[in-house]
Amino acid sequence: MLTLLGVVVVVVGFAARLNPLLVVILAAFTTGLFAGLSPLGVLAAFGKAFNENRFVTVAYLVLPMVGVLERAGLQERARALIARLRGVSVGPFLVAYLALRQITSAIGLHSIAGQAQSIRPLVAPMAEGAVEASTGAPLDADARQAVRAQAAATDNIGLFFGEDIFIAIGSILLMVGILASSGIVIDPLHLSLWAIPTAIVAFLIHGARLILFDRRLRRKAGEP
Amino acid sequence: MITLSLVYLLAGLVFAAFAVLSATDRANAKRFGNALFWGLVAVSFLFGDRLGDVGNGVLVLGLALIAGFGLLGRGQPATTSPDERRVLSERFGGRLFVPALTLPLVVALGVLVFKPMQIGGQPLFDPKQATLISLALAAVISVLTALILLRQPPLAPLQEGRRLMDTVGWAALLPQMLAALGAVFALAGVGELIGQLVTAWIPLDTRFVAVAVYCLGMAAFTMIMGNAFAAFPVLTAGIGLPILINRFGGDPAVVCAIGMLSGFCGTLMTPLAANFNLVPPALLELPDRYSVIKAQIPTALPVLIANVVLMYVLAFR
Repeated sequence: MLTLLGVVVVVVGFAARLNPLLVVILAAFTTGLFAGLSPLGVLAAFGKAFNENRFVTVAYLVLPMVGVLERAGLQERARALIARLRGVSVGPFLVAYLALRQITSAIGLHSIAGQAQSIRPLVAPMAEGAVEASTGAPLDADARQAVRAQAAATDNIGLFFGEDIFIAIGSILLMVGILASSGIVIDPLHLSLWAIPTAIVAFLIHGARLILFDRRLRRKAGEP
Repeated sequence: MITLSLVYLLAGLVFAAFAVLSATDRANAKRFGNALFWGLVAVSFLFGDRLGDVGNGVLVLGLALIAGFGLLGRGQPATTSPDERRVLSERFGGRLFVPALTLPLVVALGVLVFKPMQIGGQPLFDPKQATLISLALAAVISVLTALILLRQPPLAPLQEGRRLMDTVGWAALLPQMLAALGAVFALAGVGELIGQLVTAWIPLDTRFVAVAVYCLGMAAFTMIMGNAFAAFPVLTAGIGLPILINRFGGDPAVVCAIGMLSGFCGTLMTPLAANFNLVPPALLELPDRYSVIKAQIPTALPVLIANVVLMYVLAFR
């Protein structure tokens, strides 16, 4: 029962906004020690798992490309492009990105877009540009933060509710494996087909929110 | 065959370059902290398999201490000013988009064309890692495209990459740390314990209650563990299989597919899913660490409720 204290450490540590890297180490030691491991045993188990999960950090290899393009003015260009397409408002723009992200993820291309390679250099500046073009005024700090956060959220939601439609994604393989270990043989295709209803619901809900978000920004800009 | 070790070699060299460039950056008062932090990441990528488990543990402890004691600063590599960027963006025009679009094209090419390719009976890419290998390949090709097409200085990718890496800072390593924490939790049996608690304390005698507990439990448990993959085996073994599928005769494909997606709703709401929720605010330079989570919750909750309804309707046709 005391092994659950590690979970408590995580929740409290994150809520108190302590440095998350330290919180994670603290949680690992709390749970590991109460589970009967020696301090060195916890350190070894944590180090081994850290080493095995290095692939998680490989994604930052895209940063040099993103940085060079920023240096050469990509964000400014993206902003100007959307401003020139008069009438493209931030709501429909992000809805289109949501659809694109869901569809490409559903056919297995979940790595062609992402926070570092698409949101920071392209989608967020274009979303900001779209708002500025429609209101005719530069964004204030709060609105800019809201637009950027919404662009990042749209990428996550598009990815999550698209990738599970692709049959060779990790989560589908995990489900097949778990069911197989209980003697239930299932075609991965069925699992991916039953991800479609939720994908549609997620598109409708988040799409509607993006349109409302757009309206709220316009109304605020219209106020004196 | 190209395997992940080649990708790790590349990543190790890039982080080593970040470390060296950080150490020479006099504009950053904490330059040696940055150099040490990215240097340790480079060591992990280059020599991680030779350090041994305790060695890797010490390395992680070092990373956490550097971050925890605020020894990381933000490098200030010489870059272009906003005015210069406006001029450059006018001059380069549409050409600026070419490298940015080269990246997804090469990834798509890698996944769709190179992955199934074989040379002399050997696969070209390690099939299990094809996506990551494609991403690394695409990163290299798109940087070269940018350098040639936009005539940027050869050191620019590394300096600009370091500028962005420092913007993300310690948050960059959080996803990998959390994955490791998940492994320690699994070792200690945290998942099973919570699963037992849920099934012991909540009466699951009606079909609707069981569906609701399974879906909401997947979301809540994913929030605690930071990962739907960790929650899924526990709750499926505790509720999904014995109760929804075996007792009430639910369709296993529907139960599992929608159960997993309920977990994804939880992923949208937890800071423990750091690569999706905490890295983007750092990358976008947002002052509120939780701003992306706050933007996601109003979508995640209605989708979660919709999942309960969908499972109830579709699994018991």
